[in-house]
Amino acid sequence: MASLQPLTALGRREATTVTHGPLTISERTDVALASVAARNGRAADLAKAAQKADVPLPGPASHQQGTPYSAFWTAPEMWFVEAPYASHELIVDLLKSALADTASITEQTDAWVAFDLSAHDLTRLLERLCNVDFAARPTGYATRTVMEHLGVYLIKHGPGAARLYGPRSSAESLLHAIETAAHSVW
Amino acid sequence: MTQSHRIEGGQIDRTKTLRFTFDGIPYQGHPGDTLASALLANGVRLMGRSFKYHRPRGPISSGSEEPNALVELRTGGRQEPNTRATVAELYEGLTANSQNRWPSLRFDAMGVNDKLSTFFAAGFYYKTFMWPKSFWEKLYEPIIRRAAGLGSVTREEDPDGYDKGFLHCDLLIIGAGPTGLMAGLTAGRAGKRVILADEDFRMGGRLNAETYAVGDAQGADWAAATVAELSSMPNVRLMTRTTVVGAFDHGIYSAVERVSDHLLTPAKGKPRQILWRIYTGRAILAGGATERPIAFENNDRPGIMLAGALRAYANRWGVKVGERVAVFTNNDDGLRTAKDLQSRGVDVVAVIDSREGGDLLPGIRHLRGAEVIDTSGKLGLTSITVRQLNGRSETIAVDALGVSGGWNPNVNIHSHHRSRPVYDPAIAAFVPGKDGPPGLLVAGAAAGQMSTHAALKTGRDAAIAALDLTTAPELPQAEDAPVGITPLWHVAHGKGRAWIDLQNDVTVKDVKLAKQENFTSVEHLKRYTTLGMATDQGKTGNVIGLAIMAELTGRSIPETGTTIYRPPYTPVAMGTLAGRSRGREFKPFRLTPSHHWAKEQGAIFVEVGNWLRTQWVPKPGETEWRQSVDREVLATRKSVGICDVTTLGKIDIQGTDAGAFLDRVYANTFSTLAVGKCRYGLMLREDGIVFDDGTTARMGENEYVMTTTTANAVAVFRHLEFCRQVLWPEMDVQLISTTEAWAQFSVAGPNARKLLEKVVDQDISDAAFPYMGAANITVGGLRARLFRISFSGELAYEIAVPTRYGDALLREMLARGAEFDPIVYGTEALGVMRIEKGHVAGGELNGQSTALNMGLGKMVSKKKDSIGMVLSQREGLTDENGYRLVGVKPVDPQAKLTAGSHFLEKGAAPVAANDGGWLTSKVYSPHLGHDIALGYLKGGDKKIGQRMRIVNLLAGLDTEVEIISPHMFDPEGERLRG
Repeated sequence: MASLQPLTALGRREATTVTHGPLTISERTDVALASVAARNGRAADLAKAAQKADVPLPGPASHQQGTPYSAFWTAPEMWFVEAPYASHELIVDLLKSALADTASITEQTDAWVAFDLSAHDLTRLLERLCNVDFAARPTGYATRTVMEHLGVYLIKHGPGAARLYGPRSSAESLLHAIETAAHSVW
Repeated sequence: MTQSHRIEGGQIDRTKTLRFTFDGIPYQGHPGDTLASALLANGVRLMGRSFKYHRPRGPISSGSEEPNALVELRTGGRQEPNTRATVAELYEGLTANSQNRWPSLRFDAMGVNDKLSTFFAAGFYYKTFMWPKSFWEKLYEPIIRRAAGLGSVTREEDPDGYDKGFLHCDLLIIGAGPTGLMAGLTAGRAGKRVILADEDFRMGGRLNAETYAVGDAQGADWAAATVAELSSMPNVRLMTRTTVVGAFDHGIYSAVERVSDHLLTPAKGKPRQILWRIYTGRAILAGGATERPIAFENNDRPGIMLAGALRAYANRWGVKVGERVAVFTNNDDGLRTAKDLQSRGVDVVAVIDSREGGDLLPGIRHLRGAEVIDTSGKLGLTSITVRQLNGRSETIAVDALGVSGGWNPNVNIHSHHRSRPVYDPAIAAFVPGKDGPPGLLVAGAAAGQMSTHAALKTGRDAAIAALDLTTAPELPQAEDAPVGITPLWHVAHGKGRAWIDLQNDVTVKDVKLAKQENFTSVEHLKRYTTLGMATDQGKTGNVIGLAIMAELTGRSIPETGTTIYRPPYTPVAMGTLAGRSRGREFKPFRLTPSHHWAKEQGAIFVEVGNWLRTQWVPKPGETEWRQSVDREVLATRKSVGICDVTTLGKIDIQGTDAGAFLDRVYANTFSTLAVGKCRYGLMLREDGIVFDDGTTARMGENEYVMTTTTANAVAVFRHLEFCRQVLWPEMDVQLISTTEAWAQFSVAGPNARKLLEKVVDQDISDAAFPYMGAANITVGGLRARLFRISFSGELAYEIAVPTRYGDALLREMLARGAEFDPIVYGTEALGVMRIEKGHVAGGELNGQSTALNMGLGKMVSKKKDSIGMVLSQREGLTDENGYRLVGVKPVDPQAKLTAGSHFLEKGAAPVAANDGGWLTSKVYSPHLGHDIALGYLKGGDKKIGQRMRIVNLLAGLDTEVEIISPHMFDPEGERLRG
């Protein structure tokens, strides 16, 4: 039987961490991700089932922390749910058994590369990368935006903490863009 | 060389000396200098040659409006033509060269143009080079292009980086003179998010160039203190060296920040400039005003300058432009120059004031009702000729002349949405009109409020009005002199040329000629004479030009109007607009899961959209691409080949109406597809033309996985979302892309199953997993998907695992299947095999072809409605003799085919009327041993077996071919079902 060794989105065995000045960019390979979209007319049923299963379903443009599930809004009646990869690699099966036929659930874990950005304040970095008014947005803000032609999700966890989900196949290009901007700023 | 023209005072740091060169000659200046101020301090007035007549020119201004003093700054890849010396900040090691001259600035051979000026009047090109017509492209244009133009571009790559960025604020203030600073103070103290941007490297605007007080302090000191207070506010962002260049829709402004232009080279990793997009709730244009000259004969000699600039060089930079100075003015502001210069010990020999009557300046020879009618001095001013009120002429020896024709409010940004400025006779200038960009207020001199008090007051009031503030700072005391002006646009006396637009060498005579030839509209005047074109966009010359046209036509100045103002306000380098998007960073790349393996093998990659796909994988000894591709095809057909097909779009379609939804978006039926099966699907556009194709598998009762072509992955997803959200919102369907979530490989060839059996955990025998099967399986316990589909005509599967395992799966298949000599093939071999098999791809899915054209007409189900079904039945698309997909082979196996060649009957002339169709795709088939092609041929299905010609006039080919079935390899499909 085959026994396959995974590679990160950057083509390495281990997750990559890059620091420059006050900024640390940490690739996160330990997050399982799934999309949850309410079946037509089943939003109330989904909300009920999600509450029972401790799956947060936050409102538009926001992210909600939880254990083990966190989630952020991506579109009307659609969310991305995060969970620890080690315990929830089979996140789709787990969510399907919790939410049953109230939602369409699709594995998204490897569709994305996740980068955690941390610095004292990320405003000056992010203003070189996207048109989000990061400083004015509250913690827990989540949005879809564009960085160097790449569609990404940006989640604000604090003035100096953010997570980016970018297209996995462009992980190198996205990291290059962030690093270039960081060198430009700091 | 000493700084012979440096005088006391100014905002320069005399404790530090900066060395620089101009035309190879070394000079010295100080921090705070511009290139122009430093050259003037060294007694250098001649800085360039004019565009058309190559007249010697020096700076006329001290700011961004400069039309004359254009130089080439820096060398090598950083060389930049047309840099205005008046805004180029001096730095240690600066290298500048004059331009538009040969062999030298002092002796310019092209100065002969000046002698021939009669022949170079406005409209000269249009009239002179019309005959003979054929000479234009080959002779005239190249000569003119060589002679014309300002400066030269480097042929080297620019080594610097340019950023783009996005800023947000409540209030954007454009300009940090007294108006902008007061507005900033008002908004900043109220806690609002403010961006205050100024093109200068020192904030303060005219306050830095004037001597009067604001409150208890010198104006410049008040400005510095205000800047210090603003910079301590976390809610205020001060941006020096930042020019707001345009107003766009919805409160968006663009600005260029020159981050490193004042340095020899940018610091490592730092950009040279940043193009900012600023999103703001409100904006205040506090861009001040620009002084304009008066046109008179020979008013363009080095040493003749705007009076305000002469004053600025003395007050801000501690520079006297000349030893003996005169001022020619039609307004009170010109008198200020005379007074300031005299108080600084400069010899002001005369003030020529075109206004009659009024008080005389004490202690200065003040000639009222007088005009300057001529000047002399070959490479710089030596004297002026003055015509006094009594008609007597007098020549006065001077080496500098300040000219003031009044001040034009900088209305540009306010007019970027086509708002027309209105003429205000009180100040003899245009002020902002109505209907400017929503949310943009104008204050200070930009609004025609010319005194310092008015600037401070209107700046404060604009901030209050823009932000609905209830508190505001007290206004400091400041001068509040009225504008005393009697318009004088040009001096009527004198026969020679009087210059209006110094950058484009447009004279009063040119305007007269334009009028004479009936180009009287300002827009025609501009195009006919080139008035107001090029890098300065007529900041000093436009209003004079149109005022003279008004005079000539007898219309009023408001009736004559202004030309349209467009962004950018000042020139923006192409590199700044390109930002990071150039060279290797032009676009992001998408890497396939097998990319790292392929790179190790030395694979050749091809760009497919943003994807880098493996094109072929050369083996040692293969020197030519065909060797690799032929080997990959033959090895696959002989045993087994693996191809990374992750790039094909994958769309997860779920919901109780998923099947019905697919029936509507595909021409063929999917709701009847059994769970665990896949089917080839054809998707049409609304107009009946084929949009895309691919296979879709039913993974569960309400769950499908659609594949699309690589090229259309995004377009199909967007189309499906449109259908779901807009056309049929009542359907229970949810969509999401999973293209990147799964690494997918095609495993093809007679030994495909044997190879896969070594890696998958399930029984995949033909009985257990027949042709067109689809299933969730496991690979060593890992979740995976398997589809039995074939694009190559071979027994083939597509196997998918979570993307992070893609690299490992490929290596595992190669290792475990080693006994079958598996190879990895790229897109070229893929193309050969699909053409051998007659499958359509890019060349055939060309956005013009129907299912019928492709021989797939029967796939369009009439039993149900689907997008494009009705219109695909249009008369024009159902012609029995319309294009049909055919296979093509040369009669002579050695003959070459070329895609794009056209079908012709034997003996038919190669003209459009005889065109039978064209070859869409062509490859060499190593299996068949000759070229093969697919093509669209009129009535092609009835011509199988016939001989025709394919003709390519461009390539000089005329080849006899046989029309064959497009299924050129294993037409019965025995191999793929094996």
